[in-house]
Amino acid sequence: MINGRQLYLAQRLSAVLLVPLVLIHLALIIIAVRNGLSAAEILGRTRGSLLWGVFYTLFVLAVAVHVPLGVRNVMTEWTRLQPRVVDAFCLLFCLLLLIAGMRAVFAVV
Amino acid sequence: MTSKTSDTVQPDRSQHDHVHAQPGQAQPGDRLEVSIWRGKRDGGFKQYAVELRENQTVLDIVTEVQRQHEPSLAYRFACRVGVCGSCAMTVNGAPRWTCRTHVNQVIAGNQLTIEPLRHLPVIKDLVCDLAPFFEKWQKAGGTFKPTKSRLDKPEPIDPQSPARKTANAAIECINCAVCYSACDVVGWNNDYVGPAALNRLWTLANDKRHADREQVTDLAFQEGGCASCHSHGNCTRHCPVELSPSQSIAALKKSAIFGLPDVE
Amino acid sequence: MNPLHCHRSYLAFLGHRISGLLLALFLPVHFLLLGTAFSGDAALDNALALTDYWPVKVAEWGLVVLLATHMLFGLRILALEFTDWPSMHDNRTGWILPAAAAALFVGFIFWLQV
Ligand code: SF4
Ligand code: SF4
Ligand code: FES
Repeated sequence: MINGRQLYLAQRLSAVLLVPLVLIHLALIIIAVRNGLSAAEILGRTRGSLLWGVFYTLFVLAVAVHVPLGVRNVMTEWTRLQPRVVDAFCLLFCLLLLIAGMRAVFAVV
Repeated sequence: MTSKTSDTVQPDRSQHDHVHAQPGQAQPGDRLEVSIWRGKRDGGFKQYAVELRENQTVLDIVTEVQRQHEPSLAYRFACRVGVCGSCAMTVNGAPRWTCRTHVNQVIAGNQLTIEPLRHLPVIKDLVCDLAPFFEKWQKAGGTFKPTKSRLDKPEPIDPQSPARKTANAAIECINCAVCYSACDVVGWNNDYVGPAALNRLWTLANDKRHADREQVTDLAFQEGGCASCHSHGNCTRHCPVELSPSQSIAALKKSAIFGLPDVE
Repeated sequence: MNPLHCHRSYLAFLGHRISGLLLALFLPVHFLLLGTAFSGDAALDNALALTDYWPVKVAEWGLVVLLATHMLFGLRILALEFTDWPSMHDNRTGWILPAAAAALFVGFIFWLQV
């Protein structure tokens, strides 16, 4: 069983990892939108690039840990749902982010 | 660089310095409109008119109402000098120790609203049942367990050691439950043990005489422990004796990665 | 407003939480949209065509600001939890306004580019 301390660490360590990833991503967004968004431009950058593949894989993994744990806190405090329901929802959300996220990475790399 | 004070939580020092009424505010001799909570949580406000005097605390107002208007009004106090922690109430929306809160500091115009503390069962009027507050104190692991018996020599503790100074900075809690009442998370999450209990746990983490010191981090991260705190700082802003539960909780969180501080 | 909620570190908490919630709602959409590239460049271009509508552009701008806000307010939380406080009453509220300003600045740069 995962305990509260491990969940806390998972959320904060994924946050630490996300800081540089988000900074690079933000810079990239601003560069990418310069001439309008096009598939050719986006995919031209990412297709066949190991570096971007690793970058976005890390991003998806960190997000799939960080986001459901944050949502779990919010649901615990701002809804009246049972803890078991909240945990089940967040686990499903984590899987959704993992699958959809990795699918997106494979689609663009 | 902004000035030092604007960077801080700024505990409400108005509770400690007596400041006279501002121009435009009610003056001594004016009538105050005091709304006081009557009944249990499903009760309601009742209005009383009380004369504003020099040097009048919120507790004085409640006493005057009880003596002259409403003999059945229930409220709690003991020391009247900020030591016992029994007089806390919600005054114009914020929790305060009423015996050391001057009316001048808190009136809005000539209005004063006095309610029981938030997040605790109301027994009657302004009196709350503090049992949940102290039960959570126990649950958090806030009970000191000695390493020695009274037959042993007392352990020498250097008052200048860093660990002792850290413990001392958080130790003077008067158990008033003001922070517990100020903390939104306590209201949102029934399991959350609250700032005072975790602040207490942090003092034990820095006390080498505490037998269960090794367990402190695990206790801190129980369900409803320090990970539930979101650093709003409401506890620290309102603690009448200027402790900083928010900082104590952050220090407990830090121990999840860096371990507990050295107490030797 | 209630004095318990009307101060910087509480507002920073609200900003962090609400930006996080909105980002969490957006993420699956974002991933699904990028996933259309599986069906070739044209499919992704189709999906990207949405970004020509100005409400979508405004929403994009919002997401950039939310992401920057969430990250910068989050940095303050990490600093509070993993480093020593300058003093026991100093919870780095001084970081909050600059962080919000920086997030808006990122949004401003983004707006200049689109
Ligand atoms: S800092 Fe933590 S304990 Fe204090 S009021 Fe905020 S959430 Fe509650
Ligand atoms: S920490 Fe401060 S506010 Fe909280 S119970 Fe102790 S003295 Fe009261
Ligand atoms: S009556 Fe004792 S602290 Fe107020």
